[in-house]
Amino acid sequence: MTERISIVENILSANDRLAEENHARINAAGVFSINLMASPGAGKTSLIEQTLPLLKDKMRIAVVDGDIATSLDADRAAAAGAQVSIQVNTGGECHLDAVMLHGALNQLDLTRFDLLMVENVGNLVCPAEFRLGTHKSVLIASVPEGADKPYKYPGMYRGVDALIINKIDLLPYVNFDMDYFRHGVEVLNPGVITFPLSCRTGDGMDAWINWLIKNTKR
Amino acid sequence: MHELPVTQAILKIALKHANEANAKRIENIHIVMGELSTNVDESVQFYWDIIAKDTLAEGAKLHFRRVPAELQCMACFEKYHPDGDELLCPKCGSVGAKIIAGEEFYVEAIDID
Repeated sequence: MTERISIVENILSANDRLAEENHARINAAGVFSINLMASPGAGKTSLIEQTLPLLKDKMRIAVVDGDIATSLDADRAAAAGAQVSIQVNTGGECHLDAVMLHGALNQLDLTRFDLLMVENVGNLVCPAEFRLGTHKSVLIASVPEGADKPYKYPGMYRGVDALIINKIDLLPYVNFDMDYFRHGVEVLNPGVITFPLSCRTGDGMDAWINWLIKNTKR
Repeated sequence: MHELPVTQAILKIALKHANEANAKRIENIHIVMGELSTNVDESVQFYWDIIAKDTLAEGAKLHFRRVPAELQCMACFEKYHPDGDELLCPKCGSVGAKIIAGEEFYVEAIDID
């Protein structure tokens, strides 16, 4: 005989619970943490590379790098001055989740750091679904990707706390309608703080660095 | 996409509740999915047939109930369904809306024997 059992349990609740645990742990250590997300090639690792030298005399920084395979990104972060960089290979998964960050935190003495930068897997869909427990989610858009991305990936654009527009040095060379892009962002995420910059030329990095400093010295 | 971890999470929830109810087997699993939430669907059933093998949930059928997105304008409080790419309020044209429905993603019920 068939019997119906009413459940109503969120499918990602296990991940969310662990994300809260991660958050409590990072917070208790007085560390400010960001989850950097973007499509492949938008400049996640480049941003970390450019950010580290500008901050390393002011604060102690740990980097957790998520990738499907290889430790290339963690190696670049270490070369740029991260005190510690940990590579998390997701083994084919398209995103980091709270379990993976939890494992990385186990390898870190958080009390030795002020800022934790987590570089997610390059992907504009899946990382938006899995909270990690960081303080802020930061999305890097880049000019060559095109101005339609907020419209095509609303889940990602809706949920972030800060938005970087990278590769602004390419604006004269590519067809990127900034008004159309910003309209999409404004509809999905009104008032989100935005940093147009170029990791290559260093233009616009000041505002981003100041935002990190302000948040880290909470 | 991440169908596999999602499918594993669904299986875990279903088995937990089935065990609590001393079920012999799980026949159906009812999942509610908002229009704005994780974009997984029939492929979950494919994974299911593999990972649910030799459990109470082997052979269970997954049913998806879709919930349409509903937004509420924060300026004039009009409730509306977003029309494709355009998320602006159709009444007053304001940006900035609250999502009232469409982000659901949960197991609503299971049918057990």
